[in-house]
Amino acid sequence: MKKNLLFVQGNEACVEAALYAGLEFFAGYPITPSTEIAELLSYRLPKKGGKFIQMEDEISSMCAIIGASLTGKKVMTATSGPGFSLKQEAIGFAVMTETPCVIVNVQRGGPSTGLPTSVSQGDVMQARWGTHGEHSIITLTASNNQDAFAMTVEAFNLSETFRTPVILLFDEVVAHTRERLIMPEKGKINVVKRLRTSVKEGTDYHPYLPREDGRLPMSDFGGVHRYNVTGLMHDMWGFPSNNPKIVYGLTHHLVDKIEGHTKEITRIKEFFIEDAEYLLISYGSSARTALHVVENRRARGEKVGLLELQTLWPFPADTVRKRCASVNCVIVVEMNMGQILQEVKKAVDDPDKVFLANQINGSFITPTDILNILRIIQGKGS
Amino acid sequence: MPVKDYIRERFFPHIWCPGCGHGTVMGSMIRAIENLGIKKSDIVVVSGIGCSSRICGYLDFHTLHTIHGRALAFATGVKLSRPELTLIAPMGDGDAFAIGGNHLIHSARRNIDITAIIMNNSIYGMTGGQYSPLTGYGDFATTAPFGNIDRSFDVVKLAMGAGASFVARTTTYHVRSMIKILEKAITHKGFSVVDILSQCPTYFGRKNKLGSAVDMLKYYKTHTIPIGSKEKEKNPDLIERGIFVQEEYPEYCTEYDKIIEKASKER
Repeated sequence: MKKNLLFVQGNEACVEAALYAGLEFFAGYPITPSTEIAELLSYRLPKKGGKFIQMEDEISSMCAIIGASLTGKKVMTATSGPGFSLKQEAIGFAVMTETPCVIVNVQRGGPSTGLPTSVSQGDVMQARWGTHGEHSIITLTASNNQDAFAMTVEAFNLSETFRTPVILLFDEVVAHTRERLIMPEKGKINVVKRLRTSVKEGTDYHPYLPREDGRLPMSDFGGVHRYNVTGLMHDMWGFPSNNPKIVYGLTHHLVDKIEGHTKEITRIKEFFIEDAEYLLISYGSSARTALHVVENRRARGEKVGLLELQTLWPFPADTVRKRCASVNCVIVVEMNMGQILQEVKKAVDDPDKVFLANQINGSFITPTDILNILRIIQGKGS
Repeated sequence: MPVKDYIRERFFPHIWCPGCGHGTVMGSMIRAIENLGIKKSDIVVVSGIGCSSRICGYLDFHTLHTIHGRALAFATGVKLSRPELTLIAPMGDGDAFAIGGNHLIHSARRNIDITAIIMNNSIYGMTGGQYSPLTGYGDFATTAPFGNIDRSFDVVKLAMGAGASFVARTTTYHVRSMIKILEKAITHKGFSVVDILSQCPTYFGRKNKLGSAVDMLKYYKTHTIPIGSKEKEKNPDLIERGIFVQEEYPEYCTEYDKIIEKASKER
C-alpha cells in the first residue's frame, strides 16, 4: 500500500489538511458531529509544538483563536449548528478586525438541538448572514474527503490572503464518511504564509492602512509594533471612529475586498456540462447523490450535467448564470428548503426554469429524491 | 519613563466622566508597570466592552479591545500562543461577572498567567446606569427604580472559590497600596484577580445619593479596612482590602509545555 494513502473520515481529512496548511493553534468545545476534529488535534498539535485548548464554551473557543491569530499563528475552531450560532458575535469581531481564522461548521439538523447525528445543509444562510451588520464572508464546501482536504487548505490560504474569517461548511455525511484520501506531498498544494509588514521598528505602522494592492500587512501581537485592535469602527491606526467618511470607507472595504474578488475565490467542479440540457447544481454531500444521478442518466443517453459549487460565499453568480444560459432546466439539489435555490434564481436570466430537489427529513438525499423531480420536468412522470 | 510615555496622547481626551475612578486605576497600572520595568512591547492589554474597557486605546502597549464579557477568552488565546508576554485584562464589573462570568471562573480554574483587573463601580456606566452583579441589595439603578433585589457577588470569595492563585482587593482611594498590589498581581505566575472599587459619581453615585467623587472616595476611606483588622468585629459591614490569596499552583502554559514535551517524545 502506498504510504500516502489513507482511509479516513472527512473530519480526519480536515485535520490532515489543517496541519498541512500550517495550523498552530486550535480552540474548541465538544459537539457532534465535529468532535473528532478536536480529539485528533489534541493529539496531533502538541506533537509539532502547536497548541490545543478545550475552552469552557463555544464563544470562548472563537475568541481564543482570534487572540492567537493576532500573535501570528494559523488558527482554527470546529463546531456544529448550535455552536456556530454561539460563535457568530466573535466571527463578526474577526470580520471587523480583519483577523485570519478558519471556522469549521459540520452541519447537522436544526434549528436548536435539532438532529445532532443527522445530516442537513440548513446553515448556508447563517454562514453568510449569521453575524450582525453589513459584511461579506468566504464560505467553502466539499463533497468528499479529497476535496475536504483541498478546501481546508484553500480556507487557510484565503483567510490569510483576504484577512478574513473563512467558514468551512461541511455536513455530517462528509464528516463521517470513511473513504480514501491521498495525502498530497509537501509543496504540492500552495500554502499562503501570513503577510507581515516590512515597516521597521521605530517607524509608524498603520495596522489598517491598505497597500496599493488592497492587502493589509500584519504585525504580530508581541512584536515591535504596538497598535490597537477594536471591534468598533476604526481608522487606519485601529482607533475607534464614528467619522462618517471613515465608517463609509471601512464598510465598503470589508465588503469589496471579498465581493470584488469573487472570481478569484470561486471554486467549482463541472461534470458533463458542455452539452447538458438539464443541469443539476449542488454542493457538499448532496453533490455526491447528484453526481450519481448524472452518471446514471448519461449511461442512458440523457444529457444531464452537474455543477458542483465549492465556494458558496461570495456566491459565484456570474459563473452560475453563464453555465445555466443554454440549458433547458436547472435543478438545485440541497438538504434544506432552498437556500442556494434562491441564489441561483437571482443569478440566472430565467428564474422560472430553476427547480428544487431536496431532502429535509434528516436522511441523506437519495437519487430517487432527485429523479422524482427530473422525471416531472422531463414530462416522464407525475 | 514618565507616565505620559505609556499613553497614546493622540487618542485623548478620554471618554471617562469627571470624577470617574477609572483614570486612577489606569495611572496606578502604569506606575506598577514602570516600577516593574517591563518593556512596553512585552505587554498585551485585553479588554471587553464598557467604560473600563476603553482603557485599551489610551495605553501604549499591544491593545485588544474585544466584545462584551470575552476579554479573558481572547487573552487566553494570546497568552497560550505567546506565554512569554505579560497579559493584563482590565474589565468592568458587568463585563467580568455577568456576561463574562464563565470565562473568569474558568481562567481561575486553569490558573493561566493573566492579571484580571476588575474596575468595580457597581454599575453599567456605558449604557447609562443599570444594575450589575456587583450592585448591592437595595441600591438604585436605572433598571432598579424601586431598589435592587439581586444579591451581589463577593468578588474575592468568588475568585477564591474558582481557584484563582492571587486574589486582592483595593480602592481608588488607596492609590499607593493599589500600585503595590498591582505589581504583585502582574508578577504573580498564575491567574490573578484584583478587585478595585472605583467610583462612578455620574450614575451609581447620583442614583444612590452618594455625593461627589470626593465624597465617594471618602466613603472608600472610612468603609474599608485592611484584612484582619479588629474593626471588622465591631462593624461587620466594613469591606476588607489587601491580598487574600497568594499561592503557587501549576500554571497552565507551563503545564502545556510539558504536554508538548511528552507528545514530542512519543513516536
